[in-house]
Amino acid sequence: MNDTILSVRNMKVYFDVRDDAAGGIFPKTKKLKAVDGVSFDLKAGETLGIVGESGCGKSTLARAIIRLVTATAGEAIWMGRDLLKLSNADMLAVRKDIQMIFQDPLASLNPRMTCGEIIAEPLKTHFKGMKKAERREKVCAMLEKVGMDPAVINRYPHEFSGGQCQRIGIARALITNPKLIICDEPVSALDVSVQAQVVNLLMQLQADLGISLLFIAHDLSVVKHISQRIMVLYFGNVVEIGSADQVINHPAHTYTKKLISSVPIPDPAIEIERRKIRRQKRAAALG
Amino acid sequence: MDILDVKNLSVTFDTPDGDVHAVRDVSFRLGAGKTLAIVGESGSGKSQTAFGILGLLPKNGHASGSVRYMGEEILNLPEAEMNKYRANKIAMIFQDPMTSLNPYMRISKQLTEVLVYHKGMGKREALRESIRMLEAVRIPDAASRVHMYPHEFSGGMRQRVMIAMSLLCGPKLLIADEPTTALDVTVQAEIIDVLIDLQEDLGMAIILITHDMAIVAGTCEDTLVMFGGNVMEYRPTIDLFETPQHPYTKGLLEAVPRLDRDVKTLSTVSYGFLEGDEK
Repeated sequence: MNDTILSVRNMKVYFDVRDDAAGGIFPKTKKLKAVDGVSFDLKAGETLGIVGESGCGKSTLARAIIRLVTATAGEAIWMGRDLLKLSNADMLAVRKDIQMIFQDPLASLNPRMTCGEIIAEPLKTHFKGMKKAERREKVCAMLEKVGMDPAVINRYPHEFSGGQCQRIGIARALITNPKLIICDEPVSALDVSVQAQVVNLLMQLQADLGISLLFIAHDLSVVKHISQRIMVLYFGNVVEIGSADQVINHPAHTYTKKLISSVPIPDPAIEIERRKIRRQKRAAALG
Repeated sequence: MDILDVKNLSVTFDTPDGDVHAVRDVSFRLGAGKTLAIVGESGSGKSQTAFGILGLLPKNGHASGSVRYMGEEILNLPEAEMNKYRANKIAMIFQDPMTSLNPYMRISKQLTEVLVYHKGMGKREALRESIRMLEAVRIPDAASRVHMYPHEFSGGMRQRVMIAMSLLCGPKLLIADEPTTALDVTVQAEIIDVLIDLQEDLGMAIILITHDMAIVAGTCEDTLVMFGGNVMEYRPTIDLFETPQHPYTKGLLEAVPRLDRDVKTLSTVSYGFLEGDEK
């Protein structure tokens, strides 16, 4: 397929951790396989949702793709080039095209910089020749695009609410006109009413700009809403990948089925029925 | 008789910037063995309502109104009096089980302590009872795990320990403040199932405080929706989900994407209802 922009092949990320069970005088290490052979393709303009429980390796996978952690093995082919083999200078150039949004909206913004400086920083890194006035103009336009008043440009992060901080994070990610944005749990720290606004904003920006999204979240309902395709991770392995409809409505793997049956649905009749089924299954498992 | 009858409960904090009204005129009744959900977003006053009831407010907080437990007024009782109710008659569990457990003490010590203090049990009997309770919350191999430290348990197992601890004295009311928010969704389902099954066995009433409407749906008879310290809506859960009366409730229900439905765009909560309220 020629419109594939990112192709991850057999990605592995292992960490050395202390092996307490080994014994002996000197500490021994063992391998913690955070990501253990993950492969997937991402097309231009597509959203791929990555779900899994805490510790399943979803964040590590994302970080390994843009080399925030070092991958042990595998390839991440971005527009025909393997990101894991690029020199630092080449990687910097690629980072203009791949941006990231983080979970904690306030912690991911420098408290000593104004909102305008935060959003302009990628421009300073990637477009060194740009004039100050032009930067300012771009930042103002970007603030409007993410639904904020450009008049807030001189305010500091602590003056904004969680939802507004996340909009600033999105503006910072979008300012370099990236082709891919990796969203690592972008809405899980937000209240539901704010979560809906940020999800809508991301979907609308994607429709307008045609960017691809890697959307990492533990909330299956949100992932299903925003993604065309979903990948389910479990202990560093892909247990299932397919269209959102297929994964949610016709899950093939037992883990995916368990995950789906655990997600509560805001409807009393459905939910009471599902709990009954879970109870019967538990009784059957006990014999 | 109702287990808990709360009338016009208000919670106010003195701050350098003036009084902050965290909870205003909250009233509800809870029958024996019933479950009430208090739902709201951060800052809605749902946790402060519970702290007010149990007298757990910080020094600059004041509660007013009336809270009756089995007909007896318990609001603003002296500390010594209140301690007879806490754990014994009304128990509470919190969002983060690790911060509620003492990391230096074995689980066995933390559990038996409750029984020795409140019920005057001997150590051996208390340990037997503790193990029985750990088994009731479905901790596998409870007899040997009871001697472990909290850090040796996973988040879900710790929350089970907390539930076991809170139910040791057989309280008539359990207040659970976001008990599953820190947990993975499969673990969340297990913990909620444990709570509801135990409720059916032991017959205690539960106040479930949460931000997640979906959890409320399957577990609670009545639901009370809070926003900005005020009660927006207080009705039987089935009616509230079927025909939400307040625009805020409606907004909350529609803002969450559902696994069993497809929508193009999520609707956002409109705060138009506030304009009439503000004076």
